[in-house]
Amino acid sequence: MKNKFILGFLIIFFIFCFIILFKSLRNSNIYVPEQNFEKKLINFNSEDFFSGKKISSEDVFVGSDYYILNIWASWCGPCRTEHPQLMELSKNLSIKLIGLNYKDDLKNAKKFINNFGNPYSTILLDHDGIISIELGAYGIPETFIINKQKNIIRKYTGILNRERIKEINLILK
Amino acid sequence: MKLFKFVIILLFIFNIANSYESKDELTNKISKNIRCLICQGQSVYDSNSEFALSMKLLIKKKIDEGYKEEEIYDFLKKKYGEWITYDPEFNKKTFVLWVLPILLFLAGGAIIFRRLIVKK
Repeated sequence: MKNKFILGFLIIFFIFCFIILFKSLRNSNIYVPEQNFEKKLINFNSEDFFSGKKISSEDVFVGSDYYILNIWASWCGPCRTEHPQLMELSKNLSIKLIGLNYKDDLKNAKKFINNFGNPYSTILLDHDGIISIELGAYGIPETFIINKQKNIIRKYTGILNRERIKEINLILK
Repeated sequence: MKLFKFVIILLFIFNIANSYESKDELTNKISKNIRCLICQGQSVYDSNSEFALSMKLLIKKKIDEGYKEEEIYDFLKKKYGEWITYDPEFNKKTFVLWVLPILLFLAGGAIIFRRLIVKK
């Protein structure tokens, strides 16, 4: 009777472990950031990319139904890849495209903008990366879609490819 | 009187040094409990990635602003989700993690109790 109890317990235990491991191993262990969420955009102070003047986010995120905040740097390879998509997106006049230059050398960043074009209506500076972390960014490039109520409604980690641009256009319709 | 002034100055300097040390210690303590989300199995304290360096600066800034340790964890959880801390909360995704050791402990205890005490 006792042996049967132990055997039964062991069988149930191993089945339980098997189910847990089987389910867990089938899932990818690469962390995927949450993309669909609605969080309030923080207010932050920064500097203007061209003039160097102090500027508040409250003065930048005004006068549009949708804002796209793109975090970039001249030293970031994927940022170069996505730049043509941003140039294309900047043609859409219903949105305000705002750039956040992340931990960059200002000279190199200006060279980058001169060479590849400026898709942004305003570029803000994030010298030490604190603003990006406060926004909830993982790395660059990263793009946030923000609505009129200043809520972040979508976040894209990594480059904006054609599919993502299509999705953004659908959101903005 | 001179001795009194000297003692006051000494206490003041010691107090400033102590408060700075404790702020650094708190920054290190928090960054050890925060996961570097873009690294493989490293805490923010261990990593030198851009993400981790910015995170350490943010933690320092929050401490300077008067945030308490728990408030900093809560702030980061709101931004990055619960995954950012090394301390998993009890919920439907983590209940096995919390309950299984207790169950195993109770089962083991019951076996030992039956073998040693009941036999006697």
